[in-house]
Amino acid sequence: MRSVRARKLINALVTLACGSCLLAALVPLLSTLWLVVSHGVAGLSFDFFTHLPAPVGEAGGGVGNSILGTILIVGIACAIGLPFGIGAGVFLAERGDGRFGRVVRFTAEVLAGVPSIVVGIVAYDLVVRPMGHFSALAGGVALALLMVPTLARGTEELVRLVPNTLREAALALGVPAWRTSLSVVLRTALGGILTAIILAVGRAAGETAPLLFTALNNAYWNVRPDQPTGTLTVQMFNYAISPYEDWHQKAWSTALVLLLLIGGLNLLARFLTRKSYKAG
Amino acid sequence: MVLVVGGLIVWSLADLAVPAARSLGFFRFLVGREWDPIAERFGALPFIYGTVVTSVLASVLAMPVGVALALFVSDMIPARFRSWISFPIETLASIPSVVFGLWGLFVLVPVLRGHVQPFLAKTLGFLPLFQGPPIGLGLMAGGVILAIMILPTIASVTLEVLKTVPLTLREGALALGATRWEVIRMVVLPYSRAGILGAGLLGLGRALGETMAVTMLIGNSPEIRASLFAPGYSLPAVIANEFAEATGAIHMGALAGLGLVLFGTTLLLNSLARLLMSAVGGAGRVAV
Repeated sequence: MRSVRARKLINALVTLACGSCLLAALVPLLSTLWLVVSHGVAGLSFDFFTHLPAPVGEAGGGVGNSILGTILIVGIACAIGLPFGIGAGVFLAERGDGRFGRVVRFTAEVLAGVPSIVVGIVAYDLVVRPMGHFSALAGGVALALLMVPTLARGTEELVRLVPNTLREAALALGVPAWRTSLSVVLRTALGGILTAIILAVGRAAGETAPLLFTALNNAYWNVRPDQPTGTLTVQMFNYAISPYEDWHQKAWSTALVLLLLIGGLNLLARFLTRKSYKAG
Repeated sequence: MVLVVGGLIVWSLADLAVPAARSLGFFRFLVGREWDPIAERFGALPFIYGTVVTSVLASVLAMPVGVALALFVSDMIPARFRSWISFPIETLASIPSVVFGLWGLFVLVPVLRGHVQPFLAKTLGFLPLFQGPPIGLGLMAGGVILAIMILPTIASVTLEVLKTVPLTLREGALALGATRWEVIRMVVLPYSRAGILGAGLLGLGRALGETMAVTMLIGNSPEIRASLFAPGYSLPAVIANEFAEATGAIHMGALAGLGLVLFGTTLLLNSLARLLMSAVGGAGRVAV
């Protein structure tokens, strides 16, 4: 056995090494955030939020249509994905202990790891091909497919936290099981589920890959779900890989808008979680 | 419904890929080395190679850092600091892939080209891995950005696994006079080995399917080269770049076939990871 001193020294060295791993992990995070803010701020103005993108070399212009497009597509995704995701989650928590439930749960877990680009291909086959052209609807379907598994798992965890006594009380009053699930259990878990929804929305807003060949892009205003639609992420991708200096600048600014949106949603979720913990 | 989604994925991929499979031949498609949409010659091998190289590089880089980070948080610092550290990890996980791509293009690539790659070429240049001109864009850039992106996954899942190690075991070892490192080495790591492996597989699965950042950094050239400095191409990247402009049913089918390969691989890895995680008990319930 080594001397006590040597063992203490090794302990200190390993602690130091692990601590520096933490610092190493922080470097890219801080670097990314700092650069997005410092580069991005220069291009931000009121016009950037409200105007259409300008052609290369022309000053001004904005990403107003992309902001609208992101909201539109994420909205469609929520309209399709939320009922199914939450429904599946409630089912798993309330009735999911049998064999069927286990299979569904395992599928949801594994599906949560399916690459988003693959889901994009599915949405292409389901929506774009029959319609004959790219559309916001297709983008929404792709994002909805991505939302369902994660949302189902999240909802299940939260619904399971609802105390059994509440269920029993409702059932004892003669309330049918489905009404108990809907108006007692779901309602109790609502705060937490809201948080899960906000996180899912934030994640969906940051997706790019499945939108490239479903929603495509659009340089003009669009609110029609059957037309190609621009989004912040795809617009940013196009700016970033272009060879033009002023477009690179716009890529950073678009990234800043995107991060503000997602960061805002995450902060909101955190705030809600803290509040519901306090209440409980 | 979840099952329906699963079924839909398989069905539509197959739906698109079948015409290509008929005309190309499944096996020839998998091992073909040539990708020429104009001549309608499609081989998947360069993309599989690029995906595997970048993902393995990412795991090799991110595994030690992620596990060390998780150990540091769970076993080396006072409990009240833990939540401070989970916040930056979550933030890192919530940054969209394209933003990492942007950062990679304008920060990582110049650093690799100007400093890291010349240094590696000078010191380890005798290995075929580190030969050729230091371009910056290429397999190495793709691997490094993936490492950064899967780090939060690995760290947070490992952390969940470490939480399942009973406190009494740790206390027992400490009471026998072990230092904190000895507790980790002799008690914590052996107990959580399977779970940590699962965390690594989840990270690997995520790296395989990651699209945007890799598309922006890997160089997008369907070649098979031994050097990490050389540009390559990955499965998701070629789908992202060519799908919207595919020139015909066969081209599109070939791309869907690549998607099918990708889907199958990640499915396999994820199932394996989940099985490993549920082997350690409660940790299988982490939603990542």
